[in-house]
Amino acid sequence: MATTQGEEGPTTERLMLPMLYLDTLWVQVTGTVCNIACKHCFISCGPKVERHRMMSAPDVIQALDDGVSAGLRSIWFTGGEPFLHPEILALIDAALQRAPLGILSNGVLIDEPMAQALGERFASAPYNLELRISLDGCTPEDNDRVRGRGVFAAAVAGIERLASHGLEPVVAVSLLDDADAASADQASFVQLLREHGVSRPRVKWIPPFRIGRERSRRGGRAYRSWERLTAGDLLEPEAPLRLQCGTSRCVTSEGVFACPILINEPGFRLGSQLSEAIRDHPVDHEACHTCWVEAFSCSV
Amino acid sequence: MQRVSGQRREPLPLVQGSARRVALFGGAYSNWLAVEAVVADARARGADAIWFLGDVGGFGPHPDRSIEALRELSVEVIQGNYDDSVGHSRLDCACGYTDPRDNHFAQLSYDYTLANTSAQGRSWLAQMPSAARIQLGERVVHLCHGSPRRVNEFLWESTTPAGFISGLCRDWEAHTIVCTHTGLHWSRRLDDGRGLVNVGAVGRPANDGRREVWYALLEEVDGRLTETFVPVAYDWERLAREMAAEGLPPEFIETITTGWWTTCLEILPARERHRGRF
Repeated sequence: MATTQGEEGPTTERLMLPMLYLDTLWVQVTGTVCNIACKHCFISCGPKVERHRMMSAPDVIQALDDGVSAGLRSIWFTGGEPFLHPEILALIDAALQRAPLGILSNGVLIDEPMAQALGERFASAPYNLELRISLDGCTPEDNDRVRGRGVFAAAVAGIERLASHGLEPVVAVSLLDDADAASADQASFVQLLREHGVSRPRVKWIPPFRIGRERSRRGGRAYRSWERLTAGDLLEPEAPLRLQCGTSRCVTSEGVFACPILINEPGFRLGSQLSEAIRDHPVDHEACHTCWVEAFSCSV
Repeated sequence: MQRVSGQRREPLPLVQGSARRVALFGGAYSNWLAVEAVVADARARGADAIWFLGDVGGFGPHPDRSIEALRELSVEVIQGNYDDSVGHSRLDCACGYTDPRDNHFAQLSYDYTLANTSAQGRSWLAQMPSAARIQLGERVVHLCHGSPRRVNEFLWESTTPAGFISGLCRDWEAHTIVCTHTGLHWSRRLDDGRGLVNVGAVGRPANDGRREVWYALLEEVDGRLTETFVPVAYDWERLAREMAAEGLPPEFIETITTGWWTTCLEILPARERHRGRF
């Protein structure tokens, strides 16, 4: 087991994972700036949260080019809310010229012209375009108690517009383990999507990451002391494939991080450039335990 | 450029003898009638080498018949994930699906295939090589099942960018990479002529509403390595009858009779999924 440290990590030995190769490049195009402020957001985004600032278009394109040089297979835009970026369509075009692109969004800002523009790109870009819209319930009551008043109606309208332009958005649902959890099951989400024009419904379940705002949400909880990876776990030969950080990196305005979940953790900042960050990295955060036990990847 | 190969576990196989026109096919999925038709078509078109890129069983009836066809017709073979699983009597096919519906139908296929493959057939599947390298003119072509780096990696047209292909060719020291595993045929050439060819599958149609199955011919044309995808008709009605007699799921039979995939759809990228009926 390697014993090097994260760039700003503590001086004690850390549990490290070798990086296999860069498959997935995450780009925090709008940083932590979001148009809504969900109660369970594990990176605590919101309208005035500029811990990670919006990235400039040249910085995004530099990150994409660095990723291509590193041999990436796919690009994901996230935030915050990517559709807050004033140059989002140009950034989408730049990404789709290089590789398949996925976009994580709350769907609220996808108006008719944007849906049409995305539909045109889905049909004609050289590579695949995936849209993933967060929805934490099949009713306004269920969804809006964690995502904010009025968000359900706006997000569903966004999904409907995307579907009407030929896109098949995936719905991402957070699995909370208290009264805030969505009361709907997979079949209910599938039915909701069909009712709004999605002919091939897909649902992505997101396990609870008990950090950021989720940690302090009433009904949420902190990690328990035993929720940690051990050196023994990493003896599994496929460990770098089971943990998304074995094949991905996340670029923000503040540097390059091991994954999109730990961007607020200085010990997981691996450098200022992608080329510095393709190396062994620590996996000793409690959130790493969630990815491990759930075999969770943000991307697929 | 960084390596896309990661920690390569095995040395590259030796390059085998030179060929002029190579036929390449994959994913037999127990469709022994299609295997026979494709090999006959390739020979008729003057192929001087014929390679099968793995996954003999699954989906269709009587898995030993496809094994016998490949052996009797002297086809060169490499191993797919399915062959490794059946050959070693593993618990599942290791196809790499992540969705429960995909896995449900994959397990039905796998349990039937494992139960109906003879011990002799399993031994043969277990000893297939995992990759091969052939010479076409001056150029080296690397043959694999999923990708050069993982037997069950899916290389789809819409999710395999040119930069990544360039990295594969460089790291595996090949002009062209040839693979299968997805069941859909496509290719992408880089500006310098290198590239990747996915030969699709002959076991079921290409989710295009046609009943034919597809294979690829690779040869030098005007100094460039060039692939041609060839549709092949076969006796699909007989296959459907045999599948029904074996009690295989009607969803599988519908794919054979209509040309549209009905199962194992969740793994498809949105672009490829959108082209199909379901």
